[in-house]
Parts: sequence; C-alpha cells; structure tokens
Amino acid sequence: MTVSQAAPMPVAPRNKHRAWNKFKHNRIAMAGAGLVLLFVLLAILAPLIATHGPFDTSFTTIRKAPSMAHWLGTDELGRDVFSRLVYGARASLLVGLVSVVIALAVGVPFGLMAGYFGGWTDSAISRFTEALLAIPFLILAIALAAFLGPSLINAMVAIGVSAAPKFIRLTRGQVLSVKNEDFVQSARALGASDTRIIIMHVLPNVVPPLIVQATITIATAIIAEASLSFLGLGLQPPNPSWGSMLNTAKNFMTQAPWMSIFPGSAIFLVVLGFNLLGDGLRDALDPRQDR
Amino acid sequence: MFILILRRMLVAIPTLILVSMIVFSLQKLLPGDPVLTLAGEERDPAVLDYLRDKYRLNDPLPVQYFAWVKQVATGDLGRSLRTDVPVTTLIAQKLPVTLQLAAMAMFFALIVGIPMGILAAVKKGKPIEYGANIAALSGMSIPNFWLGIILIMVVSVQWRLLPASGYVSPSEDFWLSMKTMLMPALVLSTALAAYLMRHTRSAMLEALNADYVRTARAKGVSARGVILRHALRNALMPIVTLVTLLFGELLAGAVLTEQVFTIPGFGKLVVDAVFNRDYAVVQGVVLCVAVGFIVMNLLADVLYILVNPRLRHS
Repeated sequence: MTVSQAAPMPVAPRNKHRAWNKFKHNRIAMAGAGLVLLFVLLAILAPLIATHGPFDTSFTTIRKAPSMAHWLGTDELGRDVFSRLVYGARASLLVGLVSVVIALAVGVPFGLMAGYFGGWTDSAISRFTEALLAIPFLILAIALAAFLGPSLINAMVAIGVSAAPKFIRLTRGQVLSVKNEDFVQSARALGASDTRIIIMHVLPNVVPPLIVQATITIATAIIAEASLSFLGLGLQPPNPSWGSMLNTAKNFMTQAPWMSIFPGSAIFLVVLGFNLLGDGLRDALDPRQDR
Repeated sequence: MFILILRRMLVAIPTLILVSMIVFSLQKLLPGDPVLTLAGEERDPAVLDYLRDKYRLNDPLPVQYFAWVKQVATGDLGRSLRTDVPVTTLIAQKLPVTLQLAAMAMFFALIVGIPMGILAAVKKGKPIEYGANIAALSGMSIPNFWLGIILIMVVSVQWRLLPASGYVSPSEDFWLSMKTMLMPALVLSTALAAYLMRHTRSAMLEALNADYVRTARAKGVSARGVILRHALRNALMPIVTLVTLLFGELLAGAVLTEQVFTIPGFGKLVVDAVFNRDYAVVQGVVLCVAVGFIVMNLLADVLYILVNPRLRHS
C-alpha cells in the first residue's frame, strides 16, 4: 500500500467543478474578472494601444483638454495622458503581482512551519508576526522605502514584506485546522516524512484561502504602490505610474482637472476589479461562507 | 479574570521587544555609511570619527541596540537631524492634529458603517444588500488621496463651500476647525466605513442564525426587538475589537490625507522627514505608532474580558 492511497486528498475534483460553476454564475465576480482582464490586456499590449509615446514631450500641447488628438488630454510637459495611463498599467500590475509573490514566498513557508511544528517554533514566528503587524502596512512600507531608497523594486520589496504577516497568520491557521485530521494522521502512521506530509497533504488544503487572500492583497498592493508613488517613493519620474501622475496632477487641479480624474479612475477600477474577483473567489472556494 | 488580563499583558512584552528590534534595524538598512549622511557636506576625518563615536557606530550591534533601548526607555527618541528639536517634542506637537482627524473619521465611519451593515444583514438577498455590498467594495477600492483631490476640485474650487487645506485648532475657532477638518475626515473614513459595514454584516448574519435569536423569535419578541436587543448586542462584540485594530489603518490613511489637504499632522511629519532624510524622526514616529497600536490592542482585549460575562467570571 502506498502512502497516497491511504491518505485521500480532501480536495476532490468534484469540488473544483462546483467551485467553478458557482463562480461562473456570480455576475459580480465575473465583472471583476472582466475588469482585471481589461487592465492586463492594456498592460501587455501597451505599445499597440497607446496613441503616443509615454515620454514624448511637446511645448505646443502643454495641459491641453481632452480632444480627438489627445483622448484624455495632456500633462504639464505636453505628454499624452492616455498613453501614459496605458503604460502606467504595467507598473501597477507588476508591483501588485511581484509584491504578492514576495509576500507568499515569505509568508507561506513560515506559516507552514509555525502551524505544523507548533511549540517553540510557533511562538517565535507568531511573536515576530505580531510585531510586524503592529506597524501599520503603509507606514512600514513608507519607512522601508525611505530607508532602502525610492525605486520600483524597493517599493515591491517594501509592500511584499509588509503584506507577508497576513499570509503567515492565514497559513498557520489553516495548517492548525487540518493537522489533526485523519488523513494527516494516517500518512504519519505510514511513516511519511514531515516534508512529504506538509507538501502532499497539508499544503493543498491551504491553497484555496491563499488564492482568495492573494487576490485581495493584489488590490491592496496596487493602492499601496499608487500611494508610495504619490508620495514620491515609488517609480521615479519620468516613468509613468498612476500614483506619480496624481502627484504632479494635484498641482494643476484647477487648470487641468483631467490630469487627476483619469489616473485616479484607473486605480479605482483595477482595484475594484481585484476586490470583486476576490469576493467571488471566496464565495466559490470557501464552503463555510455559505449562509 | 485578573490572571487572564495579566497573561495577556505578559504576551505583549515579547512583541514590544521585537518591534523595538525591527525599528532599530531600520536604520541599518540605509545604504552606505550613516556617518556620511549625518555629516552632510562635511568630510573631515576628525569630524567623522567624532560622529562615529557620538552615535556609538564603532560598537558591536547588540551594544548599540541596548544603548538605544536604554535611551528610548527614558522617553528620549533622539533629536531631529535637521532641526535638532527632540523627536518627542515634534510628535507631541503633531499628534493632537492627527488624533482629531482620526476621531472625526472614526465617527463618520461608525455612523455610516454599522447601520449599513445591520441593514444589509437584515435585508439579505434584497437589492439593499447588493447596493450596500457594492458601496462597501467601492469604498475599499477608491484611493483616498484621489478622492481628496476630486473633493477639493468640486467642493472647494467649484462650489467654494469648504476650505481646501490647512488646519485650525479647535481651541482657537471650534467651528472653523470642524469645517476645515470635515472633508479630510470624510475622505479618511471611506475605507473604514466599508470595513465596518462588511464586518457588521457578517457578525449580524451569524448572530441572526444563532439559537438565542431563534428562541427570542419563538417566544414572540418583535422583529425590531430581536434585531436590536438580541442579535446586535452580540454582534457588536467583535466590532469593538475591530475598531481598535483599524486604528493602524487610520494612521496610515492619515499620512496620505494629510499630504493632500496639507494638514500639519503626524503623517505630514513622517513624509517630510523621509524627504529631508531625517531618519531619527522616521524611526521615532514608526516606534511611537507601533507601541500605540500594541497598547490599543491590549486595551481592546482587556475590555473584551471585562464586558464578556463568560470571561469575567472565569
């Protein structure tokens, strides 16, 4: 008898189908997925969609209102707002994705260790997590970005590290809830190693809530990047980022309102998209939420 | 009960120690020699040596750490590298401003978020619930600095109703102070109201499904009585804890709100310090916020023990 036969995987394929069906019929979640897809396409196809170069300045088109030539107007250096917006999607989505990958890479292993081994390991990791959680997300990110120096990569590291404690907590909690289930006990009885039990039997049960949390964290990370760039601690000019576009736009609120309106709307829509998607995924993947 | 409270307080100690270590190690992340940053344009080796000695940079790390903790424990957070004003003085000056902003924002969030959450739970499956959910998700998704810019454009520039920026102390002119703080507080409250609504909704749904609510209904308590006296009283418990946890979100949000509305508070202090490379101030503020957050958490837990009869009599 092999270990995998004795220890059935609790996530049955039937459940996956049910989750997908539930998700498919959730119109709000599908709208979220659509919004996310739209921005992903904008980011990937930026060179094809943009009507102008994102860095093309022009003295003749400084702060012009939206027109046929410049759909969303131009900024203080005569650059096309629409084109900068399209290229800005790249920075936003990249930061969102990379910082969540960092948070997962740091959070999941520590969470698994804390939950699975318990005792001294758990206490040490949990206290450290609490300490990190005591410093508000954005303040920690600002402090890290300040000490590391302002750049896109440092912003990603800062946001990723600040988001990691949530993943440690979530993973740890999930592990605790499955650690004493029969299928884990029987795998152990059959002599499976800790590593094998963690990867083959515990991890698959942690994945669904992690997917939900990761989706919502992308939303938080995009706002955090926009906030850091707005403060001047993210992507440095002249590179296009929605946050830094708003940072300059706030100086021209009365003369050129279009400079503020559009980048902000873009942040709002993409973040809303990820939040709607996350909510839909939670409804579909977490049966305990059924009421 | 006292043992429970005491144990809770003891758990906070290692957290405090770890926070101090994290804040201390922030300064070690600085690229390059910190003495060169401290000295500015000065490159005289004698001066650099003096500074190294003054800030104990030649000592091993643990020695530096304990020296720093000893200093911080006596309430000395160092001096601003820019203005030479003690960091504690700066914090004491700016904190009341941010506290006023935070208190007003919390007030708006509570009066909007909790009733909306109750309504969404009671009207489950009805259009009101969907509307409330979409409103909450939008509140969480809207970047508050952008909302601030838009409000300034419409309310201050177009309609000329409220001042666009600045700060007036309530002791100076109470109504003007409220008027200037109204927009920033509303902006800061959006995300908070959204969180509160969502948590109230799920806590209420759970309470409405509980046995004691079914019993109350069976013995003929009115629908209103069930919702307000039985379900809400139980649902509010986790919300009290949430409100203290959201304190951190409020401070972080205040950083951006203060930047948009040029309010001379805590958040503006950090951002200005970051750009002036005034690391002592950044470190002091982060430490202060973290300690404040730990204390708030501790208070929330103690409060929870005190008001919960099951824990009170254990």
